[in-house]
Amino acid sequence: MKHLRAAFLAPGVAVMAILFFAPLLIVLAYSLLTRGAYGGVVPPWTGESYARVFDPLYGEILYRSVWIAGVSTALCLALGFPLALYIARAARHKGLLLNLVMLPFWTSFLIRTYAWMFLLRDTGLINSMLLSLHVIREPLPLLFNTGAVILGLVYGYLPFMVLPLYATLEKLDPYLLDAAADLGAAPFVTVWRVVVPLAKPGMVAGCLLVFIPCLGAYLTPDLMGGGKTVMAGNLVQNQFTTARDWPFGAAVSLVLMVLVLVVTRALMRRTEELL
Amino acid sequence: MFLRYIVVYEVDKVLELRALTKHYPNHHALKGISFSLTQGEFFSLVGPSGCGKTTTLRLIGGFEEPTSGEITLAGRPVAGLPPYRREVSTVFQNYALFPHLTVAQNVAFGLERRNGVTRSTIRNRVEQALALVQLSGKEARKPNQISGGERQRVALARSLVVEPKVLLLDEPLSALDPKLRKQMRQELKSLQRRVGIAFLFITHDQEEALSLSDRIAVMNQGSIEQIGKPRELYQEPTSRFVAEFLGEVNWVNGAGIRPEAIRVSKENPANGARSVAGVVESSTFLGNVTHLAARLPNGANCTAQLPLNGCTFELGEPVHLWWDASDELRVSA
Repeated sequence: MKHLRAAFLAPGVAVMAILFFAPLLIVLAYSLLTRGAYGGVVPPWTGESYARVFDPLYGEILYRSVWIAGVSTALCLALGFPLALYIARAARHKGLLLNLVMLPFWTSFLIRTYAWMFLLRDTGLINSMLLSLHVIREPLPLLFNTGAVILGLVYGYLPFMVLPLYATLEKLDPYLLDAAADLGAAPFVTVWRVVVPLAKPGMVAGCLLVFIPCLGAYLTPDLMGGGKTVMAGNLVQNQFTTARDWPFGAAVSLVLMVLVLVVTRALMRRTEELL
Repeated sequence: MFLRYIVVYEVDKVLELRALTKHYPNHHALKGISFSLTQGEFFSLVGPSGCGKTTTLRLIGGFEEPTSGEITLAGRPVAGLPPYRREVSTVFQNYALFPHLTVAQNVAFGLERRNGVTRSTIRNRVEQALALVQLSGKEARKPNQISGGERQRVALARSLVVEPKVLLLDEPLSALDPKLRKQMRQELKSLQRRVGIAFLFITHDQEEALSLSDRIAVMNQGSIEQIGKPRELYQEPTSRFVAEFLGEVNWVNGAGIRPEAIRVSKENPANGARSVAGVVESSTFLGNVTHLAARLPNGANCTAQLPLNGCTFELGEPVHLWWDASDELRVSA
């Protein structure tokens, strides 16, 4: 039995050790070294990169990343909850509706982001249509701003909110909804007093699945934000490419990781209390 | 005198169903049922599963709308009213207690939905309701921290505290183990007497219906076969279905005889009673009584229920089974 358990664990542990923990150690080592003139890292060991992460300039970027990720997560929850509830309570076509939620995954995220840009840019579909209808005289600034970044993130990560919510709501005993109505609760009250509290585990799971990748996003802010809305992910990317400051990039990514761990732990503990 | 009686009866109807039908695409669940409940009555709907009794309850609760027919509650039609506007409440089969709320919060749920009920009123009424079902002291527990019987009492308190015109109970005892079920049966009956609210009780257990009800409606395949007092239904069933649903019955030459009405003796009693000869085929000791099965000349079986120590017959022994003609059930079909 013991051997069997070890045999079952081994492949997963090996993958994690070689492909996750080892690179993480390398990143940690990088973050504690000095930058080389043309990229790369050189001795001596130093903690200077970490000191710079908390420089007001970069602190601002971290703060804004948390803010954008938070707003995007809240919007995903606000949009995803009614959708998940509808699908979970639908009498028919549940499978079809779920597949529609997952349909965007069939196309590359990069291509879908470009598609959004074609829709939103000054000469894009929306602006040119509004212009030709004489609703507006100048193109609306739909792209290359924080709003566009949030739109892109909400669009990209909405399915990650809907799926865990659906899983929780689908298990909800329909008699509880009948009981609430029977005791005089109008539909909205039933949702607020019965469905939402019981869906909390799914809400926490969905929020984590959206918040974490949003916090580290770099493609969406880069393309939809036009480089104007810099998030932590872009900061890291820039250090490893144009800025050639690998130790600093490594330090930023590790700080970001700790931030995510803290948020996750706090949310998990809250969920355990609820259950 | 007679007229006055009629008038009082009419006013007393808290719930009335008239020619109610419910059709689903491939299934006629209800084929026109009518009955009414008077104030404070314990009324049972019994029938095998799939007979339409739960559908009837869901139509009254407002969870589904009838295809045709009318439901009136305290004289007012309730057609089109959603469940949260109907003055009935339901005790669900699985109790449907809110798992995230405490016992007290579950009971308070319906009162909190009412306008103009103050917090202190709610607290008092929850306290009273929990005392009524003997759950004082368990206010802070969650549903998963109490026993099955206690959960059932919470469900009762939660539904009674809103003072419904009629309390609907959907097989509320079926989830309990047999011993607890009998105990809860007594509690349910005495509770109903104390609160004086009309109960519409659904069950497939005839013993439950007979012991609890003021009146019973026996349902079969979407129709009501017969409505009456328990004793009437048991002793004067109008159909074979009702006779067989409410207890065991032997059919001898077209007449129905309950096992407990049959006597067995070695000699033909020759006392004017109806009798039939047979051979003892089996005898089943059940504790307080023994069931003796005899094979009749025509090949049919006939079961007699004999008192303890009343069975002194050997297997294969020829016997006479006899009964009073007045104990025969006269059914039309």
